[in-house]
Amino acid sequence: MKDYKLNFNKYFKAFNIFSIALIIISVALLMFKGLNFGVDFKGGTLIELRATDKQITISQLRQSFLNMNLGDVTVKEFGKNNDFLIKFEKKENNNSDLIGQVKEDLTKFVGPGFNFRRVESVGPKVSTELLKSGVIAIGLSLAAMLIYIWIRFEWQFSIGAILALLHDVLLTLGVFSLFSFEINLSIVAAVLTIVGYSMNDTVVIFDRIRENLKKFSDINIFDLTNISINETLSRTIITSATTLLALVSIYIFGGQILKGFSLAMILGVIFGTYSSIYIASPILILLNVSQKTILKEDKD
Amino acid sequence: MLYFSKIKIISIIIFTVIFSYFTASNFFKFDDNFLKKKINLGLDLQGGSYLLLEMDNEPVITQKLQIKLSSLKKYFKNENIIFKNLKLINNELIYFELNQEFVEKFSSLLEDKNSDINPYYQRFKTHEFDFNVKDNVFNLKYSKYGLVELKKTSLNQALEIVRRRIDEIGTNEPNILRRGSDRILVELPGLDDPQRIKSLLGKTANLTFRFVVQNEEPSFGSEKLTTEDGLEELIVSKRIIISGENLVDAKPRMDNQSNQTVVSFTLDRVGAKRFGKATRSGIGKRLAIILDGKIISAPVVRDAISSGSGQISGNFTFQSATDLSLLLRSGALPAPLNIIEERTVGPDLGQDSIDAGILALIIGFFLVILFMLFKYKVFGLIANVALIFNLFLLVGILTLFEATLTLPGIAGIILTVGMAVDANVLIFERIKEESKIEKNNILAFDSGYNRSKTAVIDANVTTLISAIILFFLGSGPVKGFSVTLGVGIFTTLFSVYFIARLLTSLYVTRNKHKESLI
Repeated sequence: MKDYKLNFNKYFKAFNIFSIALIIISVALLMFKGLNFGVDFKGGTLIELRATDKQITISQLRQSFLNMNLGDVTVKEFGKNNDFLIKFEKKENNNSDLIGQVKEDLTKFVGPGFNFRRVESVGPKVSTELLKSGVIAIGLSLAAMLIYIWIRFEWQFSIGAILALLHDVLLTLGVFSLFSFEINLSIVAAVLTIVGYSMNDTVVIFDRIRENLKKFSDINIFDLTNISINETLSRTIITSATTLLALVSIYIFGGQILKGFSLAMILGVIFGTYSSIYIASPILILLNVSQKTILKEDKD
Repeated sequence: MLYFSKIKIISIIIFTVIFSYFTASNFFKFDDNFLKKKINLGLDLQGGSYLLLEMDNEPVITQKLQIKLSSLKKYFKNENIIFKNLKLINNELIYFELNQEFVEKFSSLLEDKNSDINPYYQRFKTHEFDFNVKDNVFNLKYSKYGLVELKKTSLNQALEIVRRRIDEIGTNEPNILRRGSDRILVELPGLDDPQRIKSLLGKTANLTFRFVVQNEEPSFGSEKLTTEDGLEELIVSKRIIISGENLVDAKPRMDNQSNQTVVSFTLDRVGAKRFGKATRSGIGKRLAIILDGKIISAPVVRDAISSGSGQISGNFTFQSATDLSLLLRSGALPAPLNIIEERTVGPDLGQDSIDAGILALIIGFFLVILFMLFKYKVFGLIANVALIFNLFLLVGILTLFEATLTLPGIAGIILTVGMAVDANVLIFERIKEESKIEKNNILAFDSGYNRSKTAVIDANVTTLISAIILFFLGSGPVKGFSVTLGVGIFTTLFSVYFIARLLTSLYVTRNKHKESLI
């Protein structure tokens, strides 16, 4: 039974150092560089503009919006077709028809050859609430997973699982911080799905470890995790592959709006697969899980 | 695990056919009236506007306290209770002093559950007002539930007014919902430019007719107001002749004499009587028509108007006169509404999103199908058939419940396609392992299914937990994602354990003597 194809454990140490380094870098990025929050969480106004008049350039747009006194303004290209994404601090309120005013002013600057395809305006109160509920949702899902694994397995397993999840979430957010990708509501949805997916990956390996622990009393946990990871390896790879196929398809063909979401998910699936093997399982070794741990459960 | 009874097989087939029918009903028009159901497209897909309005309750509270104040005054006078310094402090506290002999009697009145002075809410076990007495000084303040009740009432009123205003404009299938204690959610499908509705919802539409007073300085009974164009300032009496409540109808009209657009109105009986009396005594005076604290116009009264109808002139365009009539017909909001969140998607972007979403779904679906065929051959085919029916079931269930499909919702379906094969992969991989030890195909498949069960269930429960949390804490389109992801888990388990297993069982029992089936 000891003849497994790949000796994952041999690299545990190296990969542990690697993982810890990545986590530290991510946390540092999150602390010092921070996240690029979109209007959902920062408040303000977002306009997706399509220029039907091909003469309209990005610098013209930028200049026009800067002249309108809207606070901090960013203008960037958004996909193809002369689409632009404009964001500014000021938000719509009752006393003035901000969007209408912007439309009118812009017509004066660049002519009528454009239309607003999407407008999102979020007040400070709502954005604070959205951010809060986003953080609560992620925290709650981590807690729910911790409890679920605890109930289905043992506390050692839930520690391993939760650390793996934290790793996935931190690294995904770290990448978003590094490249200043925008964080909006759909990214929160992506992070929650990553939590579910990564957990699902971890659970399958844990399930096998538990089964093998019951079966073999003479194999130490070190070899046992290795056997279990190998036995489930093809499933891990196939599932990650099909999920990634679906996600890449969303990323490439699903349109601009889903780009951030699918990118976060792609990262999360990769990190999640990695962490199931190199974080969740080594923690079990670290916590000295043995046949006793499992049998105690059966007695209860 | 491989045995299916006849009844089971038939029910699986019936179940699958029914939901596939629902799915198909989204794409083809069936003539019959049997269960006409369709998936709703979210605002991000069909285009439209989402507005979140928040009511500013401060003015309502102040207003209600003022009414309370005058009713107290009236009560004291009627009952010959001697009081002094009756006043409102900081717009939140009613203050007054009573002569010592009345203190006890009035305190007990405030605590009386049957008195109208301080109404008692049986439901909350509390009075409308909290009060405290020190010597002969009374302080009255809204109790916690008094405020809750007040907000509820005014929000319900506002909801009704908002509904009327939107109905008058006539957009298709608006969705107007209460959110929390002071918010109203308005969803307007198919509306790509919500400017007009926004400006109509942003107005309180508090209309009053009051006389202009001549004295220079505003005194106790009057206030200084500006005209809408901001050019003129007039001192106007605080005494209201008639208000918007007295109006029974308002219409934009072309005035033949001046060739201007005006708003003509009809008053109710009380209003007509008061208006007639006031105009009779006020001939030669200017009557200011005030909307939300701004003077629309202040014409000079020439004749007594007792017919109960009249007209408002001002610098109206036909559009603005139409809007004003609409506002007057639908009534005044109890308090101003602020737009605190707006999301608008144009219909062309919505269509682009649908196209992109469907393209991504088709491509993702084919990539996964090809991968599975390549990897598992016959069993890949079985998994793929299950996957196709999984998709039918998923869309069918969404149709049955007339769920709202959003762009993230489509992403959820694509993701389900990617993750759904996982259960079959887990099972097939397990069967492969089992058949290394167990040479009897049927036994190997049986234990493969049995032994992989816990992993499959656990793996799906974790995703379900995420979906449930997202459903309760996510907002807008993201909620649509959690719905498709969550429903997708159930349809996946059904398609894997019933459809795929049924097909597997048929295949395996026919080929049980072949070697290395998988």
